[in-house]
Amino acid sequence: MNIHEYQAKALFEKYGVAVPRGVAARTPAEFDSALSTLGHDGPLIVKSQIHAGGRGKGTFTDGFKGGVKFAKTKAEALDYANKMFNNTLVSAQTGPAGRKVQTVYFTVASDIAKEYYLAILLDRNTSRPVIVASTEGGVEIEKVAHETPEKIFKIIVDPAVGLQGYQARELAFRLGLTGDYFKNAVKLIAALYRMFWETDAAMVEVNPLITTPTGQVLALDAKVSFDDNALFRHPEIVALRDLNEEDPKEIEASKYSLSYIALDGNIACLVNGAGLAMSTMDIIKHFGGSPANFLDVGGGASKDQVTAAFKIILTDPNVKGILVNIFGGIMDCNTIATGVVAASRELALTIPLVVRLEGNNVAAGKKTLAESGLKIESADTMADAAQKIVKLVA
Amino acid sequence: MSILITPDTKVLVQGITGEFGARHTRLSLDYGTKIAAGVTPGKGGQFFEHAGHKVPIFNTVRDAVAATGATVSAVFVPPPFAADAILECADADLDLCVAITEGIPIKDMIAAKRAMAGKKTRLIGPNCPGLVTPGTGKDSTGGCRIGIAPGYIHKKGHVGVVSRSGTLTYEAVFQLTSKGLGQTTSVGIGGDPVNGTSHLDVIKMFNDDPDTWGIIMIGEIGGNAEVEAARWIKANCKKPVAGFIAGATAPAGRRMGHAGAVVGGAEDTAAAKIAVFKECGIECAVTPSDMADALLRIAKARGAKLA
Repeated sequence: MNIHEYQAKALFEKYGVAVPRGVAARTPAEFDSALSTLGHDGPLIVKSQIHAGGRGKGTFTDGFKGGVKFAKTKAEALDYANKMFNNTLVSAQTGPAGRKVQTVYFTVASDIAKEYYLAILLDRNTSRPVIVASTEGGVEIEKVAHETPEKIFKIIVDPAVGLQGYQARELAFRLGLTGDYFKNAVKLIAALYRMFWETDAAMVEVNPLITTPTGQVLALDAKVSFDDNALFRHPEIVALRDLNEEDPKEIEASKYSLSYIALDGNIACLVNGAGLAMSTMDIIKHFGGSPANFLDVGGGASKDQVTAAFKIILTDPNVKGILVNIFGGIMDCNTIATGVVAASRELALTIPLVVRLEGNNVAAGKKTLAESGLKIESADTMADAAQKIVKLVA
Repeated sequence: MSILITPDTKVLVQGITGEFGARHTRLSLDYGTKIAAGVTPGKGGQFFEHAGHKVPIFNTVRDAVAATGATVSAVFVPPPFAADAILECADADLDLCVAITEGIPIKDMIAAKRAMAGKKTRLIGPNCPGLVTPGTGKDSTGGCRIGIAPGYIHKKGHVGVVSRSGTLTYEAVFQLTSKGLGQTTSVGIGGDPVNGTSHLDVIKMFNDDPDTWGIIMIGEIGGNAEVEAARWIKANCKKPVAGFIAGATAPAGRRMGHAGAVVGGAEDTAAAKIAVFKECGIECAVTPSDMADALLRIAKARGAKLA
């Protein structure tokens, strides 16, 4: 689960990670009071709040440029905020549809001495948290990793004892920090790690982390995502979820514990198991088709889940055909077949449907499909199924 | 022979009285698995009964091991308590803990894996289908089935299968059996980013097992475990190996169901992994329907027997 920058910075402050002062506003009516609360007469930064990066270089659909703006005065900040609000921002990470800005964040503009990069995430090779830092901040870290890997420093944290003082110091020394900068950076790194660990974050990224001419070290930006599996023990984080930032189909799917991701093709698929679902998409593409989605019904799919899955699939106007691919290990194929038949009847399905069933109780499942009287094409293998559906939608 | 488990392995089930655990315990008993004990805290002294089997239930893993001599556990405990169940196995010095549970918080697994370092217990999973060593009976019964895989699709033989994904494992096993190629053991290592046993760990075991003559390795986008295994195969494994990587069409940055299946950088895409497989002499399946055929192709090219 992702959260907005202003929410991430509120968490940062709670854990003692220094950030520039800021106030968020969710309606234009709040802009004035937000700026008064901030009570800052100097320059401000006005930041569009969406769950995607590349905001500063983004362009709004009405032509207004920049999702992050520097404002010399309050009046200028107010003007930018009004231009951003309810406007759709398209950045390198939003896709061409862009995202509607529904919250604007005002912060005090900071004097920057130098920009750095800092992130914490899981290191898959060691199965431990890794802290990544670089002297090259404010730019794409992938580019730094590729072109100047010697400017990236990593610290692996032993989860048995947590981050040690020497590790935070080592990182700060590697970044070339001294004096107050060094002291403040060590403190910030330790606080950020504590936040990462205690909130079950999947990733925390600060880009840029800055030093100011007066000795401060501040998180100028904040990107935080959380481990969905751990949300059950963090109601305070679930409360930060912004449904406006999510695909309505994906939200509906999550209500039924379905894993759904919309893609831009026209062949919908309904599959059990993530690996099989990914390879079903692959095989559709292999035979010249284009998958409309990833949909994993999981291990214990009920008839209701299958019906819900079909409904979600059919809300996508691009869908011209459906491929159901079930290898019943955990799942009873007849449960799937019953769900497919019920959903097809309930929704009066008119587009082609190819069903490939194999595994647990497959004979009963195939019988249910055959006796339904519905126009359902059966397939024996994945290749057979993919070829059939590609032909039917062509 | 086989790897990790044999038809004589004594298995205990943690979470045997839950709906999920109970269903699969019944299926495993039907398959012929030696289910020696169940563990559900607070239900010690009761029995799990099915088709003439009477499996004693214990409060703790330690009690179950002391009374029955079980050496392997299957964990069906719900996600919030699963890491605790895994650590209980390690503390009881089991040989193997097979964690079926899906949705365990990553932090719990980071801590559990760290705590298991240096212990005797090997962890498989979590979020995995488990493993099957097929038997000689009808529909491969008489073997050892731990977890949730459909037993009947297997056949006793000489191919080893290792995969992160459950249903793709079944797909591969089903193709092999349909073509008359039996298996030594099929192993699902799970789709989570933090797991106990890697592709490479299993590949090494298959390489050392004289009864395993060929290997199918199934991977996914994300991480570099398949690449690590492929490089080792190139240097050390003389047996024919076929491979498949799922997720060629997955968009970057999106988590595809498995917490581990997300493309982060250039190195963990399907295309990058397939390129490494080819470079390491692994025959790549063109589609998921081609996995058994890919193994047959490379075995034929090398003049190796698979059955």
